[in-house]
Amino acid sequence: MAQAKRPLSPHLQVYRFGAHMAVSIIHRITGSALAFGAILLTWWLVAMASGHEYFNMVQDMAGSVIGRVILFGVTFALMQHFASGIRHLFMDAGKLYELKANIASAKFTFFFSAVMTLVIWAAAYKVMGAF
Amino acid sequence: MTDMNTPLSKVRGLGSGKTGTETWISHRVQAIANVPLVLFFVVSFVGNAGKGHAEWVAWLKQPLVSVLLILFVLNFTAHMRSGLQEVVEDYVHDHGNKFAATIIIKFACALIAGLSIFSILRIAFGG
Repeated sequence: MAQAKRPLSPHLQVYRFGAHMAVSIIHRITGSALAFGAILLTWWLVAMASGHEYFNMVQDMAGSVIGRVILFGVTFALMQHFASGIRHLFMDAGKLYELKANIASAKFTFFFSAVMTLVIWAAAYKVMGAF
Repeated sequence: MTDMNTPLSKVRGLGSGKTGTETWISHRVQAIANVPLVLFFVVSFVGNAGKGHAEWVAWLKQPLVSVLLILFVLNFTAHMRSGLQEVVEDYVHDHGNKFAATIIIKFACALIAGLSIFSILRIAFGG
């Protein structure tokens, strides 16, 4: 009872917001979002195995405006999780702990995911003959 | 009920979480394996964008594609199971909720793997 009121060491609220903390929490958020993406992929594979009629319906849903917005978000989540995951692997190896390199690499993951998401979608539209 | 023990004193002497290191390393190994698998997946999806059912089936029926897709599903479901569990362990503090969330994650990941791999095999071996 009384111990619930014992003082705790300061937590997140004492730190200034920065790219290095943003990338940390966004890694978890995008990871969780990709679990949702995994459900979509499963649905899509089941649809393909079910035959062309159901598959076409799912493809039409994926190709709708809402479908494309969701898939664009999943693409970004995948690329961001990919980049920050690789940054994590470097940190697990003891690299990138110096503040400058830590912040720079955190910013780079956002740059990477933004560029890659656009490249992937531009390439997909190119394959579909949009331009 | 009065409890004079501090939280720290309750856990002192209990030892480590036992399999923590193995889980931690496995999660990283899955992450490394995911790098080439995700690249394969993304390149394939861009390359087949806008294709119809027959073309997608023909693509998936290639033995290398079927195998890589199955490996991708096995790997990402394992990775997402331990990743989601880590998130739950950090943010869900109620014992009952934590237990329920852990069970749901395990079942959902098994279901995703089962449905995906069965679908891939059905297409790969289908006529």
